[in-house]
Amino acid sequence: MLEIFAVAALAAVCLWAVADPLTRGTGGGQPAGGPTSATEAAKEAKYREIRDAQADRQLGKLTEEQWRSVDADLRAEAIEILGDDPGFEPPSK
Amino acid sequence: MTIGFACLVIGFLLALHAVAAGVYAGLTGDPRWAASARRAIYALAGLMSIAFIVLEAAYARSDFSFSLVSNNSSESTPAFYRLTALWSSQAGSLLLWVSVLAVFSALALRSTRNEHQQVAPWANAVLGGVATFFLGLMLFIGEANPFLAASPAALDGQGLNPLLRHPSMMFHPPMLYAGYVGFSIPFAYAVGALITRRVDAGWIRSTRHFTLLAWTFLSIGIMLGARWSYSELGWGGYWAWDPVENASLMPWLVGTAFLHSVMVQEKRGMLRVWNISLIIATFSLALLGTFLVRSGILDSIHAFGASTLGTPFLIFIFGVLAGSVALVISRLESLRSARRLDSLLSRESMFLLNNFLLVALAVTVFWGTFFPLISEALTGVKASVGPPWFNSYITPIAIGLVLVAGIGPLVSWRRMSPRRLPNLLAVPALTALTVLVLALARGSGDSLGATLTFTFGTFSIAVVIAELVRAARARRSSSDAPLPRVLGRMIGANRRRYGGYTVHVGIAVIFFGIAGSSAFDKVQERKLAVGESISVGDYRLTYDTPTAVLSEEKQTFGASLSVTRNGKPYTTLRPSRNYYPASSVSERGPIARYFEGETTSEVALRAGVQHDLWTAIEPDLTFLRANIAKAGKLPKSDDPRIQGYLLQALAQGYRNRQPPATFRVAVNPMVSWIWAGGLIALGGAALGLWPGALRRRRRSPGAAEAARIAKGAEDA
Repeated sequence: MLEIFAVAALAAVCLWAVADPLTRGTGGGQPAGGPTSATEAAKEAKYREIRDAQADRQLGKLTEEQWRSVDADLRAEAIEILGDDPGFEPPSK
Repeated sequence: MTIGFACLVIGFLLALHAVAAGVYAGLTGDPRWAASARRAIYALAGLMSIAFIVLEAAYARSDFSFSLVSNNSSESTPAFYRLTALWSSQAGSLLLWVSVLAVFSALALRSTRNEHQQVAPWANAVLGGVATFFLGLMLFIGEANPFLAASPAALDGQGLNPLLRHPSMMFHPPMLYAGYVGFSIPFAYAVGALITRRVDAGWIRSTRHFTLLAWTFLSIGIMLGARWSYSELGWGGYWAWDPVENASLMPWLVGTAFLHSVMVQEKRGMLRVWNISLIIATFSLALLGTFLVRSGILDSIHAFGASTLGTPFLIFIFGVLAGSVALVISRLESLRSARRLDSLLSRESMFLLNNFLLVALAVTVFWGTFFPLISEALTGVKASVGPPWFNSYITPIAIGLVLVAGIGPLVSWRRMSPRRLPNLLAVPALTALTVLVLALARGSGDSLGATLTFTFGTFSIAVVIAELVRAARARRSSSDAPLPRVLGRMIGANRRRYGGYTVHVGIAVIFFGIAGSSAFDKVQERKLAVGESISVGDYRLTYDTPTAVLSEEKQTFGASLSVTRNGKPYTTLRPSRNYYPASSVSERGPIARYFEGETTSEVALRAGVQHDLWTAIEPDLTFLRANIAKAGKLPKSDDPRIQGYLLQALAQGYRNRQPPATFRVAVNPMVSWIWAGGLIALGGAALGLWPGALRRRRRSPGAAEAARIAKGAEDA
């Protein structure tokens, strides 16, 4: 008898767990208007690339000239990505 | 119906709901259904935990009303082995699989609930689908039900398979399964990314820790299996290219390729098709690994039909593969990257070469594992593919991999001038050359493979150390802090890089151990009478006296060997062999039953940094069999108390008779390096997993960072 009660209770809890979001009408999650995860991933990757290029220069893997060229490319790509962010103003030309 | 079985039933319904709700949320974008699907997985994790605890409790209290407990445990099974016996059976291991899947899935979905609002519901559906399959196996295939009742309930169980009574073997299955299951997370998100065409690096970034965790668990599982083989089985080796071993190695190889390759996509947005394909292959191979062990197909293709799990598993694996491939083909345009390799001399190229080598290894292992089955299916004759075949093809590829692992860290991203290389290569190359000369002087020239492995492995390790020194110097040039603090900050700021480097060092050390022990081991096998000796390398082992310990649980016959090294007393080794009782009554009498079950070898091992001295024994019980038969005919020999006296008498008789025994003695150089290398690699993985400052900065750095970047661009 106790087992049947326990099973019924478990089933009821599970049913409540999956039905609750449907009945309350809220799903949670990110508020609208925030930066997308794709942009976040791209930003983080680009910052890491810029830091890695600096590290490569410090470690002697890139000459100063090579580093300047790579760094300029990376920063231009970063500005393109940051352009998707509301409130970011690109540098004046 | 037990509460455990009820958990499976409710869990199955929840998994179905997770699939349906996930698909609906994916199609409509409705966050309520996405939340409902997610909660279904959370609830599934809770239910599977309850089911797991119920079964563990049954094992702990030796409740033989459960068929699983009755078949795999007994009153005399030690408590530790009772608790870990849950996954020694097919049904128990399936429960373990789905329990770990549910928990990992819940964690992954929880951690990404605010990101990937388009991708996550599809990932949710995929994970629910995988759970549905495994729960379906347990519910609808009788032999796979872990909560099957024993009918009638036994008074005592049959005990745990003696081969599994080893600590390594008890942790080996959960580690392997955690590895297999862990790869389902990036796979599910990859499928979600494909469906929604969000094939940037976002899903990779969010599942990176699960990927590394899966790789770590799988690595531990493989190492434990190798350790068990070496210290428990009586052949003296740690890897036999056995199909079950290969089944775990294949997803590890492809998973390693995936771990490296995703870095290129994260940084450069390249190799998207490659990465998606790698994770599909990794997950499929993980399913294949589970299937190989549980389907019976490894004994013979004709045995495949004897297991009822084989067909459903094959259909599921085929469905996963076919569906994934179709999805990739349909999304090829989205997957194409606008970027190309800037230079062959770049980190990206090294990663690509690394991937080719790892995949080549996996394909080779796959072919060698399945060729016997393919030949049997086509010709009716099972062709044999053994270690010599594997070693001849695997060794050169693996040596190339060690070299590439050394070159990779030296090369910069995007492009690098060849002029920089000599400066960077000088110290590592010189170090490797020195080791080459030393190795040749010590006689390694007999084995080209071992010599190259020592050389390239040293090169890899020297590269890592050189990178550390260069980076520390660069940091110290702008800081007055002492070197340890500089190193600590440097490593802490880039755990992923230095964790990876540490893993490289660990793998190189493992390769040293494999090369040394494979190429320069000395093995002898001989039958010795008491007082006789066998010499192997610098050691001389003398068979002093036989040993015999008999009990209700097992009968142990062994020997005491005194060992000298270069003529001086060194140690005493006591190898033995255990004989376990058979579960059924023997035709040769009640006493014979104690000698007709499983047998296991208790290896005697003296481990060292330079080499291990390893020995196993095969006692000669020929004379004893006549005594066993006589004892079985004595009055009241079926009385357990009388049996105890008779067994003691047989033991004494064995000791008095001083029979000969066959000894296998091995001197295995550098085996300890394999275990040490494994620990180093594990440390590197732990470093890579450690949440660092970067994770705390996952949100946008904000206007300040953006302004710095813009200023940098203006200055340029």
